[in-house]
Amino acid sequence: MSDATGPIVTADGVPLKRKLAQAMFRSRARAFGLALPLLAFIIVAFIIPILTLLYRGVHDPRFAQFMPRTTAIIQKWDTKSPVTEEMAAALVADMVVARKERTIGQVATRVNRELPGTRSLFTSTARKAKKMKPPYLEALIKKDRKWGDNATWQAIKITAKTYTPAYLLQAVDLKYNADGSITRQPERYRIYLKLLIRTMRISLIVTLATLVLGYPVAYLLSTLPVRTSNMLLILVLLPFWTSLLVRTTSWIAILQSEGVLNNLFVLFGITTDQQRFSMIYNETGVLIAMTHILLPFMILPLYSVMKTIPPSYVRAAKSMGARPATAFWRVYFPQSVPGIGAGALLVFILAIGYYITPALVGGEDGQMISNMIDFHMRKSLNWNLAAALGAVLLVVVLFFFWLYDRLVGIDNMKLG
Amino acid sequence: MSAESQTVSKEDGFVVFDHVQKSYDGETLVVKDLNLAIGKGEFLTMLGPSGSGKTTCLMMLAGFETATHGDILLGGHPINNIPPHKRGIGMVFQNYALFPHMTVGENLSFPLEVRKMAKAEREEKIRRALDMVEMLDFINRRPAQLSGGQQQRIALARSLVFEPDLVLMDEPLGALDKQLREHMQFEIKHLHDRLGVTVVYVTHDQSEALTMSDRIAVFDDGVIQQLATPDDLYERPENAFVAQFIGENNRMTGTVKAIEGDVATVELDGGTVVTAKAVNCGDVGGRTTLSIRPERVKVGADQGTNRTDAEVLELIYLGDHIRCRMRVHGNEDFIVKVPNAADNKRLVVGEKTSVGWETEDCRALDAT
Repeated sequence: MSDATGPIVTADGVPLKRKLAQAMFRSRARAFGLALPLLAFIIVAFIIPILTLLYRGVHDPRFAQFMPRTTAIIQKWDTKSPVTEEMAAALVADMVVARKERTIGQVATRVNRELPGTRSLFTSTARKAKKMKPPYLEALIKKDRKWGDNATWQAIKITAKTYTPAYLLQAVDLKYNADGSITRQPERYRIYLKLLIRTMRISLIVTLATLVLGYPVAYLLSTLPVRTSNMLLILVLLPFWTSLLVRTTSWIAILQSEGVLNNLFVLFGITTDQQRFSMIYNETGVLIAMTHILLPFMILPLYSVMKTIPPSYVRAAKSMGARPATAFWRVYFPQSVPGIGAGALLVFILAIGYYITPALVGGEDGQMISNMIDFHMRKSLNWNLAAALGAVLLVVVLFFFWLYDRLVGIDNMKLG
Repeated sequence: MSAESQTVSKEDGFVVFDHVQKSYDGETLVVKDLNLAIGKGEFLTMLGPSGSGKTTCLMMLAGFETATHGDILLGGHPINNIPPHKRGIGMVFQNYALFPHMTVGENLSFPLEVRKMAKAEREEKIRRALDMVEMLDFINRRPAQLSGGQQQRIALARSLVFEPDLVLMDEPLGALDKQLREHMQFEIKHLHDRLGVTVVYVTHDQSEALTMSDRIAVFDDGVIQQLATPDDLYERPENAFVAQFIGENNRMTGTVKAIEGDVATVELDGGTVVTAKAVNCGDVGGRTTLSIRPERVKVGADQGTNRTDAEVLELIYLGDHIRCRMRVHGNEDFIVKVPNAADNKRLVVGEKTSVGWETEDCRALDAT
């Protein structure tokens, strides 16, 4: 047909595509309008806070803002050569202003993060700054010998950066140096990677435990008659209706050394009164409590997938001569994989950011990365490091998401 | 083919149900005292409405349900305690049950792999089975990429690839459209003829059963109502249920007045006296249902031995014949098929005429 080469037009000569777009516009606009309130809510309550916090992980303007002269002059310093009088003069001038405006505390806190012990150095020097006379460098060193040390000034140079990779690097136990090089943190400061690895290990064990415990339950639920399975499903969902705090603390009652379980162990002679098992305030306690709490998140996706697998598949396999175990592994199990994937991903991502349970039952060695984020948010008030740790956590989650997509395929995920 | 020559005794039956009963709840019997012998190479259809127990019988034979009482024998051996995977019975399911995560080739390979067959032999058999259903080009496709009819063929090939002596089919054509279903009926029939495999086929579609089967067991209420060849079943139904279930049927109820040989004289509820072939009508004085096929009724004067008045109520033109609904003895659903022949008089709605039939075309059956 000759028309086939040119664009198709309607009876009145308008290109069909444009006409269709016009016709579709109204329905699209209405659909968008319906989704708009939720979209706005998500942007305001979710995306903006996350972006702001992530921004904090690389953005710290305090020093540059309150100590402008020092900031300007220290950029030219090569970190190796001796401290100049010019730098000292700028610092003293800035300190005078900062003390008057009561911002010196923030500046001192900031530098203290790069070089522990500098907080009091800054505050006490600032008190004397107004009376200092040139040459300022000598005056500073006279006040405190640390001002003659290049390390102090290197810390200032690092903190003077408004955009700094220091927090992100610290979150993975690396140190950003004044000359721009990156080295590993000193041995005793390497805590975050260890914590991150422990978090991932706990999350993986919890995921596997919920899978092993949840799979048979989900299978049972999917094969029972609807009335019975609904009843059991309510029992599975029951924990959802109980406060997380209550459930976690009830584990304390059960697992503590004078708790129900240990008393039973002693009663049945599994252990002696002197050697009670320590099952709480350590990693074991976290694993037990988290497995229990996250179990429904594994069972529900598994159940919803298994319910869609017709029993005729396994029957067909058996009729063809497959033993029940073969029929299960070769026919049933592969079809339940989307449920396993969805459940595992859900549990793992929830577990990796778990906070309340490790905080309550974790003790010393059961703390996870979220507890450290909380510590920096509320105790040390190092929000920038908290943000950086959050960013690292987010990257790890996204990595596992990507890995899942590569291995299983995100299209295969079924939640219900 | 007469019914006698097709009868299979329990001694030489390939598949035998011996006094089989099945109950799910311990209160009602889904299958009541089933006795059935199926010959080797036979195509037997279990036909019946849903809930009649036919699928339960098939599942008991396959091993997915256990008989509450009685024995099921396969090749002379009781199989009640043999698990399904050791029975060696091929099966085609209603929804095909092709494994969605395997290709067509892998699906067919599955029964051979679990039998630990060597790779070369497997491939040879898979090719032959796919060739048989003309689906060799689809060996690397996934079931989801196939149409319903194609999936059906693969399911058929998979049930046959390990060369079982017995294949069970549970309403395999139920999900296909009419045209495809009719086509597949012939294909399955031809495959059965070629391979000589014994087939037990379950359906609720009577035309499917008539098309394909050597014998049909009509199930209702957990009991085989009649076991006969298709032509026997249609032309010589033994009770009112079978007459009603197989094909179209005009029913008239009445009381038996006399029986002479195999001719019963019946007084209809309207008062008219007619003669009919006594089949299952009980003794004189008992109630009976008369059954006559619409195409065996003749319209117009001087036709047939049992003549009676009729009024035309509705005419439906169907090309080769005209379907005519009439009032006969107060029954307003009396259907007559009038062949669209050149010499037939055209009927008009409201016309008063007469209908008649031969005594042997009208069967006196049990009252329901």
